[in-house]
Amino acid sequence: MNWAHAGTATVAAFLASLVEFVEALTIVLAVGTTRGWRPALIGAALGALFLAVLTLAFGPALQRIPLASLQLVVGVLLLLFGMRWLRKAILRAAGVIGFHDEAAIYARERAALAGVGTTGGSARPRLDRVALVTSFKAVTLEGLEVIFIVIATGAGGQLVSATLGALAAGVIVILAGIALHRPLTRVPENTLKFAVGVLLSAFGVFWIGEGLRFPWPGEDVALLGLVGAFAAVAVLTALVAGKRNVTRAAISEVPS
Amino acid sequence: MSTIVAAARELWGLFVEDASFTLGMLASLAIARFLFPAVRVPAVWKGVALFTMLALVLVENVLRSTRAAARKTGAVDPARDVLLDNANLPQ
Repeated sequence: MNWAHAGTATVAAFLASLVEFVEALTIVLAVGTTRGWRPALIGAALGALFLAVLTLAFGPALQRIPLASLQLVVGVLLLLFGMRWLRKAILRAAGVIGFHDEAAIYARERAALAGVGTTGGSARPRLDRVALVTSFKAVTLEGLEVIFIVIATGAGGQLVSATLGALAAGVIVILAGIALHRPLTRVPENTLKFAVGVLLSAFGVFWIGEGLRFPWPGEDVALLGLVGAFAAVAVLTALVAGKRNVTRAAISEVPS
Repeated sequence: MSTIVAAARELWGLFVEDASFTLGMLASLAIARFLFPAVRVPAVWKGVALFTMLALVLVENVLRSTRAAARKTGAVDPARDVLLDNANLPQ
């Protein structure tokens, strides 16, 4: 393993985790501002605790799996996960589907939470179950994705680099959330997802190749080649799809 | 029980969104695993061939999704060389 591998693992884990942490923060903030900070933070803490227990329970088992099998399984999962992100990011960049809007999600969550358990004018219970569960669920689901990303990008001896990348993302998002008290709408989420989709897809193909014992030209440096190739294909596809989508929009605006 | 089902559905959704896209990727992997040794693809080209198949699956799916979106909004995608309905065009 070399700098190309360690650096790519750290960057991929950092960027992918950044997106997941931002999504979790949006929900926790919506819960906190609507239903109170106590249940929101307890739910988030319980979610983090659940994830820690899960990691401690299953983490050591991963080390017993032969490396080639682990790379193949992780590679397939990473490819399915990464290319799903990349496909969606391309469709968003081309204007075929709408952008992920943290402000809209925040407003929707707030509206939904404000309407639950408030009828009849009675005071909320001491520990708001709805708020707690919503916060717990957001942290657990997004956190599971972070754990998967760390395991997947760190498979093959780069677990520390990937963990550091994810931790840095978590710290940045939490600090930004504390400072701003509102969703991080300025994070260019689709650009991030585009970049992460490229990185994860490249990792996926690389691990699958390693698992199937394909000799990569240039060995680990081939990972950078895959990143470049996926980026080129994705950008070109987005341009072509965008062009077709503009024509489509123009046609649909023609009055009948 | 419903929580477990919801969690399982969320986990499934992490990897599968468009079934044909997922099947395309899995088919490419199956070809790489079982067909490459049979047709004796030169070792150094195996990875490149796998990447090419996956890239084609991605491009095809994105362009197909773009066309599907066009059909949904009632517009016709000229890139598909479908005849435009002249009655809908301004005179």
